[in-house]
Amino acid sequence: MSTRSFGARIERNIDPKLLRGEGAFVDDIPLANPLHVAFLRSPHARARITSIDVTAAKARPGVVAVYTCDDIGPLDMTMPLLIPHPSMKNPQTQRPLARGEVHYVGQTIAMVVAVDRYTAEDGAGLIDVEFEPLPVEMDMAKALKDGAPLVHATVPNNLAAHLVQVSGAPDDAFARAEHVTRITVQVDRSTAAPMECRAVAARWDAVAGELTVWDGTQAPISVRGGLASIFGLDEDKVRVIAPDVGGGFGQKVLLFYPDELLVPMAAIQLGRPVKYIEDRRENFLGSSQERTQIHSIELAAMKNGEVIGLRDSFLHDTGAFIPYGIAVAQVASTSIAGPYRIPNIWVEFKAVYTPTVQVTPYRGCGRPQACFALERAMDQLAEELGLDRFDVRRRNLVGEHQFPYEREGLLFADGLKVTLDSGQYDKALTMAAEALGAKDFAAAQAKARSEGKYLGLGLACYVEGTGLGPYEGGHVRVHPITGKVYVNTGLSTQGQGHDTVFAQIVADQMGVKPEDVIVVEGDTKAFDWGVATFASRAAVVSGNAIHKAAITVRKKTIVAAANMLEVTEDEIELRDSAAWVKGSNRFVPLAAIATASNPLRYAFNEAAQAATQFAPASRHDGPPLADGEAPGLEATEYYSPSASTWAYGVHGAIVEVDPDLCKVTIKKYICVHDCGNMINPTIVEGQVMGGIAQGIGGALYERLDYQPDGNLANASLMDFLVPYATEIPPVSVLHLETPTPLNPLGVKGVGEAGCIAVGAVVASGVEDALKSFGKIKFHHVPLTPTMISDALESVGR
Amino acid sequence: MKRMIKPSIPEHSDDPRVTVTLTVNGEAVSRTVSVRMLLSDFLRHELGLTGTHVGCEHGVCGCCTVHIDGKAGRSCLTLAVQANGADIRTIESVADADGALHPVQQAFKECHALQCGFCTPGMVMNIVNRFDEPGPLDLTDDGIRDMLSGNLCRCTGYINIIAAVRRAAELMGRA
Repeated sequence: MSTRSFGARIERNIDPKLLRGEGAFVDDIPLANPLHVAFLRSPHARARITSIDVTAAKARPGVVAVYTCDDIGPLDMTMPLLIPHPSMKNPQTQRPLARGEVHYVGQTIAMVVAVDRYTAEDGAGLIDVEFEPLPVEMDMAKALKDGAPLVHATVPNNLAAHLVQVSGAPDDAFARAEHVTRITVQVDRSTAAPMECRAVAARWDAVAGELTVWDGTQAPISVRGGLASIFGLDEDKVRVIAPDVGGGFGQKVLLFYPDELLVPMAAIQLGRPVKYIEDRRENFLGSSQERTQIHSIELAAMKNGEVIGLRDSFLHDTGAFIPYGIAVAQVASTSIAGPYRIPNIWVEFKAVYTPTVQVTPYRGCGRPQACFALERAMDQLAEELGLDRFDVRRRNLVGEHQFPYEREGLLFADGLKVTLDSGQYDKALTMAAEALGAKDFAAAQAKARSEGKYLGLGLACYVEGTGLGPYEGGHVRVHPITGKVYVNTGLSTQGQGHDTVFAQIVADQMGVKPEDVIVVEGDTKAFDWGVATFASRAAVVSGNAIHKAAITVRKKTIVAAANMLEVTEDEIELRDSAAWVKGSNRFVPLAAIATASNPLRYAFNEAAQAATQFAPASRHDGPPLADGEAPGLEATEYYSPSASTWAYGVHGAIVEVDPDLCKVTIKKYICVHDCGNMINPTIVEGQVMGGIAQGIGGALYERLDYQPDGNLANASLMDFLVPYATEIPPVSVLHLETPTPLNPLGVKGVGEAGCIAVGAVVASGVEDALKSFGKIKFHHVPLTPTMISDALESVGR
Repeated sequence: MKRMIKPSIPEHSDDPRVTVTLTVNGEAVSRTVSVRMLLSDFLRHELGLTGTHVGCEHGVCGCCTVHIDGKAGRSCLTLAVQANGADIRTIESVADADGALHPVQQAFKECHALQCGFCTPGMVMNIVNRFDEPGPLDLTDDGIRDMLSGNLCRCTGYINIIAAVRRAAELMGRA
């Protein structure tokens, strides 16, 4: 190969289609005469349902069917608990339609199917439900107390799960510590807010007995399995397609949202295609959310800043249901020591039911909360010991010679002990300090202050366990007509550029251009072994599976080409979509090799005719296909990671705070990160910058405003403040590339990297900017103008 | 699965219907639709031009941006009947007939200014409209941010979109 595709800044294959408006998102799929769904949702956080009258809704012209829990037969069930864990007592999961009671505002009570969405909504408005409202408690600490209103009558104290994990000997560490720092911090509830809301469409083919479902999901194979099981169909008769999906960020994998089951059910019953296109308000009310945690963290330190122990106890809001088990809280608790050695750890959490929509992983998955707790505590420690913030961190970072660094006793989401596998943490911190101009910042800050400006420097480090198992597969095949290489995997994409990065991996093995590698994923008819897109795992797990498959196909191609060109395998090189005899102008095109590798072939085109000019692709006696031989150039391989691989980074910012307007302006934002070998640096930067923008939202603007009665006061993009371009500062992304030893490509995940540290960075910077006013602490994000105003008032300004 | 009697399903609701006649991407079209049908639904589902996306239906995200009589506008806040007689331009008209990308689209591709691509048609329609206006463009960072301030993107973090606007200006000789 002359040019290596892996590592190159290659433009994306998918872009022209999306730019021309030719994307195919679920609501763009042309269906013949579809019917449309709207849901009636609960206006109460907790209530008993005493009656439901659907007479008027059914009588509305254009309404086709109305379903309550009594009309959905076997679907009137609780949804699966996806990840069981012994720390949960009596875990509660959601139902497609409420039965007898409701647990949050927005819970689905009835489904209306009508000739158009407008009429379906009319129908939902005509359903008469009688509620007996019940008291609610939105405050987690109060909800845990005896006598507090219960989200589930069968779960005392609203305690969903309780887990303690211990690494080392934390009590001893605290006993011999020369200094202990204690703070309590909070991160508020947010939501992924993908630009495309969730969407499901279904078509039932009664003749073939086949159900086709288009679902904007991150997990089409799992959805297929669930539908086949619930509807009693053979798996082969259910096809789930995740077409173009407009962002996911974790929200689009639940198993199951009500619509994912009820829409296919209606399509089967009514004999017409049916679709449900979630609107923005429903996305706020009914699709999973994440973030609220309250951490009480303590660091046991020596006077020189070495942290010898950590205790953290936190409350985790799991919403009304816990379908994902303790995933978010577990990731938070196992990320709590970040990139620091801290050998002695005690971490406890209580997951609490609140009368709100279920909490499942949203980009970051507990890591932003853990990072916020730890990094705010590190700043506090530095201040209390009179040390520099960079120095305190540097003293504690895991050194390059210390990998793999294990945390015995802390079990990550893969069930294995936390093992930081590789990195250059110290170098990353140095790069961040240089990029921020940290050495000269004190002078710049003093100068700005003399001009009436308040500048602050914010800093935070993070780690991210990525590439969660159990496995993914890759299928690679050279097409005999075009010579293009087709690749399949079981994941789906929501904008991460899989079609390009996977193509780059294959292009290098097969000697073709990345644009001649066609990646098809997210369709159970294309490939149906695998897991899903989440946990920053696609490049790691599918990427390595595809890499293995490409190597196998490369070997087959070289053997066949050597036979055809009558040379040894060593003499063959693959480049320019052909196999060449090294140092000569003799070659055979990939298409011809693929054609010749199929014992039955018709001379459809020139490549097929050309194949006949060469010696046979396979040399053996006997039948055309030798025993154990398969036709064509094709392979399927699987990759199963031995453990998660840990990416990391350092973020920093220079912020300016206007103490009169209480306005925060991020002047400069820098990110040093390391996700191992980069397949495509441009795409990596895109992931990181997008994550940082979401992090800025979470740091300054985005907070779901649940009222004391459980109503969400800002369920619209008008009131829930997703940043526009006007809120995002210039961002510099600096790369380190430390390959992981854990997989052949040396890659780590990067999907969530950007968002983790931002809250800690911004709070750190604002605190630094306002330190001249006195002891002002910011331990709560999003950091609103009101908080700044209150803080300034508290010190008498 | 047991065959069931097909339910009787009406063609449409009893909404009052009205004939809407307008020009879309240079072509005259006429459809009889419900008086409350949104222009976004009209374009997408009556005409099959699904490149115009709907992200919020309350005029905040900008995904549904089209040109209405030469001005960028929200098709989710416009009723189809309000657009009667209007000249509408959608994303489907921006690239050449042979698929060659418009400079704004080309710049988005070069700068990795899109990820999931859901907000992209609205972004492109907004930017193309600003480029269509005569007079100088403010291509400072703040000027471009202001240009983009009617469109939300959740994937990219905007920085590459800002770069793409600047690149588009170069490609179109407007820099």
